[in-house]
Amino acid sequence: MRGDRRLFSKVSFALEPEAFLQLTGPNGSGKTSLLRIVCGLMTPESGEIRWQGAKIRSLGEEYSQSLTYIGHRNGVKEELSSLENLRIACGMAGTNITSEEAQEALAKVGLAGRENLPARFLSEGQQRRSALARLITCNTKLWLLDEVLASLDSAAVKLIESVIGEHLNKGGMAIVATHQELHISAGSFQRLELAS
Amino acid sequence: MSAPSTLSMFRWIVARDLTLAWRRRADVLSTLFFFVIVVSLFPLGIGPETQLLRQVAPGVVWVAALLASMLSLGRVFANDYQDGTLEQMLLTPQPLYLVVMGKVLAQWLMSEVPLVLIAPLIGVQFDLAPDTLLVLFVSLLIGTPILSLIGSIGAALTLGLRGGGVLISLLILPLYIPVLIFGAGAVYFSVTGLSPAANLYLLGAFLVVSLVFAPWATSAALRISLE
Repeated sequence: MRGDRRLFSKVSFALEPEAFLQLTGPNGSGKTSLLRIVCGLMTPESGEIRWQGAKIRSLGEEYSQSLTYIGHRNGVKEELSSLENLRIACGMAGTNITSEEAQEALAKVGLAGRENLPARFLSEGQQRRSALARLITCNTKLWLLDEVLASLDSAAVKLIESVIGEHLNKGGMAIVATHQELHISAGSFQRLELAS
Repeated sequence: MSAPSTLSMFRWIVARDLTLAWRRRADVLSTLFFFVIVVSLFPLGIGPETQLLRQVAPGVVWVAALLASMLSLGRVFANDYQDGTLEQMLLTPQPLYLVVMGKVLAQWLMSEVPLVLIAPLIGVQFDLAPDTLLVLFVSLLIGTPILSLIGSIGAALTLGLRGGGVLISLLILPLYIPVLIFGAGAVYFSVTGLSPAANLYLLGAFLVVSLVFAPWATSAALRISLE
């Protein structure tokens, strides 16, 4: 429910380790809302989300510890450099990383040499890459990615595919809302289409 | 995964907000200058009547402090809300209570502490005695964290609203009244030669109560605003 409009009902899915779920659907069909409900930012009008059998409401912070959510808005501070952004995001998520580890992750997403530039000097795509560096450094099981491919070039899309593939091989899970086709070689693939 | 240390995450939040405030020093300085200028206008407007100035000083300084804190409060959550870092904070594996405490502490350190430090200096314009200046300093030191704590509730409630700045004043200024009465009261008692202790103790009690309840209310307001 958004306002008084019913976005979707009778949506049900389960994810096993190594599973990849692609959410598709026209604009305004509720992909973002569904992802926000899954990560616990929004409460559904009815129904529930369970993590390892327990309701996420009762798990609280324990559940937050096992997920990484990257939304429409990158969560990148324009005043801070990519390096600071990454280290702070990881520090707040409970995984302290050294400056070298952060630099390595940023190099992997193609931001080598720009680590110390304030993020406002980066292009849209580069800011997105800097947000995605979080996926490499974090150590969580469930990834929720909302329109991650927006404003990324084809090289970056390939990189994301390989990062998600690696994550699935390690027993992780990912839910990605996107219109574009993703070619993930590992894990099992599911697709959920939301109608308008 | 190693168990995340709550204390280290708290430190990250405070350090992050202090760094951000430092990169945007103009915002912090404008609050401080607003306070200094508003307080300085009164002696100029009233003229050199020391008796009258001494009597109005407590109220003037305290009201200016309330208004100055309104200026900086709107920013506590708004910027983080816009670029999506606030939702990331809500998803960190630690109680939201601590996130709020960290952000309020950073706001107080950057926006209110300079004001507390400069208050005795501008109090001289009102011909206050050294004892009274000390009471002014102490009352602001105890009182301003209450302003930050209560104000954070309003900042969280008005998040994402248009014209939030005006609304936050309407919501929060009435709640500031007890702090104003006892804060200015302490200074006034000292001006008239009475002991300000009772007022200061009451301010201290307010501080304890708001430390316990305000972050909790702010957390609830944030969850509603971000839904």
